[in-house]
Amino acid sequence: MFYRETGQFKTSYSADEAIFPIRQDFVGFWIIMAIAFVGIPLIANEYYFTAILVPFLISGLAALGLNILTGYAGQLSLGSAAFMSVGAFSAWNFITRIPEMPFLISFILSGVIAAAVGIFFGIPSLRIKGFYLAVATLAAQFFIEWIFTHVGWFYNYDPSGSITTPPLTLFGFELISPMSRYYVTLTIVTVMALLAKNMMRCSVGRDFMAVRDMDIAAEVIGIPMLKTKLLAFAISSFYLGIAGALWAFTYLGNVEPAAFDIAMSLRILFMIIIGGVGTILGSFIGAAFIMLLPIFLNLGAHALFGDLISQQLLVVSELMVFGGLIIFFLIIEPHGMARLWQIVKEKIRMWPFPY
Amino acid sequence: MAEIEIQTAAAPAGRARQIGDIILEVEDITLTFGGLTAIDNVSFNVREHEIFSIIGPNGAGKSSMLNVINGVYHPQKGQITFNGKTRKQMKAHHSAAEGIARTFQNIALFKGMTVLDNVMTGRNKMMKSNFLTQAIYWGKGRREEMEHRRKVEDVIDFLEIQSIRKTPVGRLPYGLQKRVELARALAAEPKLLLLDEPMAGMNVEEKEDMCRFVLDINDEYGTTIILIEHDMGVVMDLSDRVVVLNYGGKITDGTPDEVCNNQAVIDAYLGVTE
Ligand SMILES: Nc1ncnc2c1ncn2[C@@H]1O[C@H](COP(=O)(O)OP(=O)(O)OP(=O)(O)O)[C@@H](O)[C@H]1O
Ligand SMILES: [Mg+2]
Repeated sequence: MFYRETGQFKTSYSADEAIFPIRQDFVGFWIIMAIAFVGIPLIANEYYFTAILVPFLISGLAALGLNILTGYAGQLSLGSAAFMSVGAFSAWNFITRIPEMPFLISFILSGVIAAAVGIFFGIPSLRIKGFYLAVATLAAQFFIEWIFTHVGWFYNYDPSGSITTPPLTLFGFELISPMSRYYVTLTIVTVMALLAKNMMRCSVGRDFMAVRDMDIAAEVIGIPMLKTKLLAFAISSFYLGIAGALWAFTYLGNVEPAAFDIAMSLRILFMIIIGGVGTILGSFIGAAFIMLLPIFLNLGAHALFGDLISQQLLVVSELMVFGGLIIFFLIIEPHGMARLWQIVKEKIRMWPFPY
Repeated sequence: MAEIEIQTAAAPAGRARQIGDIILEVEDITLTFGGLTAIDNVSFNVREHEIFSIIGPNGAGKSSMLNVINGVYHPQKGQITFNGKTRKQMKAHHSAAEGIARTFQNIALFKGMTVLDNVMTGRNKMMKSNFLTQAIYWGKGRREEMEHRRKVEDVIDFLEIQSIRKTPVGRLPYGLQKRVELARALAAEPKLLLLDEPMAGMNVEEKEDMCRFVLDINDEYGTTIILIEHDMGVVMDLSDRVVVLNYGGKITDGTPDEVCNNQAVIDAYLGVTE
């Protein structure tokens, strides 16, 4: 079928304001949902669930969290992993200390705590921008990592310094199997992505983008700078906090604070640069790319060179490919792969008449 | 378009609205940047429904004056009374709440957003639903979005930019960007509209369109307008009254004819090559 909107006439503004105003996008969304909820569970094995799908989904959610702050509201942050760790450690403390509480509530509360921490570290954004703000968020990264390593209460004085998560329980069932953990992750990520999409197309999203694009004009129009920037930090950190909780509970099962280090913050930043700054879809494209590229590189290299290639060389080539891609996107297409996809869609929409 | 009440009584030159009471009183404003005095003890007033122009050579302090009126710059001396409220200093977003909107000399659109989103942003300050209701896009959040969309579509029709609704503003030609910026200001339903050189850099045709829009806005919505413009022909045609600034100081104010025949004004303009 062609990607066209010809013949799809909108007779009301509410039809034009629907979440996917073009029918093909709407259909595409439901196809992806069907694949994710029905297709994949039918064919995927344990390895796919635990090593690829679950970490991909959570990374996508984290990238989405950062994208709300950096891509939409224009506030650069290098502390994403730290906000994830706040979510992870809060969730662990809620769930182990108050086991009667349903895990969803624990997760939401953890997100709220991450949001509060995000607001606190977002205060400098009122005074500083860009590079200097990035440095300030770097302080959050190191400070929070230090707290979780050195204050024993947060990991209940476990001698290993890490937390081991109990299985989540839903309606009395323990979610232990890889598939059940996949479903929990998928459901939470899908719901949160849709909520984000809605927020970003309403006045909250427009406030963010206005502050990003031209802060003086935004203020003159009546958008309060303080409230808007802090709200961006809050919502973004909430998303990162939930991602962190999932990372601990449905992916790793055992985490130490060092898992949420600066390298992870940078990886999340790379995801949004490659996937697309300021798009919901781009967060997931970027996450898929960063998660899958090493796997494909590995497979490809082994297929080409057999055992001749050393593991070390592989790691180095992976870094080189990443570096090259990031430079490519920063220079050639700062809006990332999501933008490339959009250009393709526009071309198809207009084809064969380009004007 | 013209379904408004028309008060024809004694309206000059076919203008629908009658000039009302003083709505903006600028008193003894002095603004300095370090050693430089951008505005030097300037006073004037603007009446409701008036089209009021600020003219003067480059660097006279015209844009600075607009920035003082809507709270972007904070004057060292003097006070401003708008709509009965007197203040010495205010934050820019408070002036928006009081009903002052503006366009900028250098276009200040939100480059990454579509025309529709840019214009919608003009109404963001009126949207009261919180982010949670917007996230679920149900009930109040959704209803509000629809109501404002309808109002925004009126503005889009009014300024004849229907066909570029979904275009990212960065891709539009300069003249249209200026029009979108006007739409964004107008969407806020301002009492006072500040236009900083809305016709600069336009060709004759675009200028004529813009003049027509300025008159229509004043006519149809009754908006009081303060206009900065270098083209004297435009100023003479549009303005009810004019104030002339030079080197930060005020030379004179009055009707276009009075100002044109003022010797100090003629000297100021002849002394400066434009
Ligand atoms: N933010 C600022 N910092 C320092 N000086 C400024 C600032 N804004 C304006 N000025 C100075 O104030 C004086 C008046 O500037 P303003 O922009 O108000 O002039 P203008 O009348 O709008 O001129 P133009 O016709 O060129 O737009 C100029 O000398 C300018 O350099
Ligand atoms: Mg100026």
